[in-house]
Amino acid sequence: MTRDEITSGLAEILEEVAGVNPDDVAEEKSFTDDLDVDSLSMVEVVVAAEEKFGVKIPDNEVQNLKTVGDAVTYIESNA
Amino acid sequence: MSRPDVVVTGLGATTPLGGDVESTWDAMLAGRSGVSPLTQEWAGQLPVRIAAQLAVEPSERIDRVKLRRLDRSEAIALIAAGEAWADSGMADAGLDPERLAVSIGSGIGGATTLLAQDDILEASGPRRVSPHTVPMLMPNGPAAWVGLELGAQAGVHSVASACATGAEAIALGLDMIRSGRADVVVAGGTEAVIHPLPIAGFASMRAMSTRNDEPEKASRPWDKGRDGFVLGEGAGVVVLERADHAAARGARVYARLAGAGLTSDGYDIVQPHPEGRGAIRAIAKAIADADVARTDIVHVNAHATSTPVGDLAEIVALHTSLGDHPVVTATKSMTGHLLGAAGALESIASILAIRDSVVPPTINLDDPDDKLDLDVAALKARPMDVPAVLNNSFGFGGHNVALVFTRG
Repeated sequence: MTRDEITSGLAEILEEVAGVNPDDVAEEKSFTDDLDVDSLSMVEVVVAAEEKFGVKIPDNEVQNLKTVGDAVTYIESNA
Repeated sequence: MSRPDVVVTGLGATTPLGGDVESTWDAMLAGRSGVSPLTQEWAGQLPVRIAAQLAVEPSERIDRVKLRRLDRSEAIALIAAGEAWADSGMADAGLDPERLAVSIGSGIGGATTLLAQDDILEASGPRRVSPHTVPMLMPNGPAAWVGLELGAQAGVHSVASACATGAEAIALGLDMIRSGRADVVVAGGTEAVIHPLPIAGFASMRAMSTRNDEPEKASRPWDKGRDGFVLGEGAGVVVLERADHAAARGARVYARLAGAGLTSDGYDIVQPHPEGRGAIRAIAKAIADADVARTDIVHVNAHATSTPVGDLAEIVALHTSLGDHPVVTATKSMTGHLLGAAGALESIASILAIRDSVVPPTINLDDPDDKLDLDVAALKARPMDVPAVLNNSFGFGGHNVALVFTRG
């Protein structure tokens, strides 16, 4: 799976869970500051991403996932 | 310092009869029933397969993403509160948020969220349980969401007294304004528990009508053929305001909330006192608190849920308290029983009876109970001057709340 494919998969999740416009989702965007994803929605994003990409994202990793790109990198190297 | 008067300056509702106050009121005056068959697959196994379901789904008013975080009882509280707030014109009044409070309760709370998330827990494990579960099921959730949306900072409260909740929440709002803790209180009740578990629970108590083949005739307070209440869902919210505050901003005043009386039976967890003693004391307290004469109460919006025992106890209480002169009605014959929202919705009907000089009908009263010695607006709305009205609400647990509204 390419980085672009992971990004667009995350964009689908973000739209479903938090109503984020998929066009706004890009690797440099911060989940909280740019996309307005609050902490409870982030939990939902993480659980949905685990299911979609077949990865485990432990809670202590979630705090390191500041941007969409951080999440893409984590998924790419752990899927 | 003299006690401040409290008036009603905004109304909001979403009910089985309509998605707002005016459509609900129009349907009431026309004598329409909001009861319909439950067509959901789960209903097939239940002894009760009818309910008074919302006329307008919350998804028509609240966007999908926000709705994911709201229990249905919270969503409809937000819809009703939004209507009441807009109706009051308060948004442009420059109200200090530290003088604004919320008092909205629910009889049962976020039970449907609890049950849906338990299904997820059982099927998929704890990690799949929504992080929104707790704020969705907590019983203060509806009040908290409304407080958040309006920025209320004088306090957000959620009383719980079963089917008296909506009226008690309004009574608390009255107390808050009288005691100086707030100038404006957004007050009411909300309920949304049309789900197999609550229905099975009420049905096991033999409290619900099983007239499944005639849904619109199932809720029939005081009729000989009544066989229990019909579960309804909905929310009703009023804006209570200190009278001089309302006058200073030139607000439209619907009515004055003149008094409240609250008592507890101390008798049984679900049965009302057979002589209606607690209810009688609540009515007496409300009338005294309102400083009106018994004879001023020309109309009563009764609690009357269509149960064999409860309806009779209220008849006794009303006759003892007021004699036979008031024109009584049971709007639950049309709306079903909205549990924690009932007292709020019926307060709205009481207020609109004052505004429009008309008492809404009690439908399905085809064959009145022999013990019914009251003047009921049976089958048809009754035009009449309504300067003062009493609204009764009683709840499992022995809660009795009586409210008196007068022309403002």
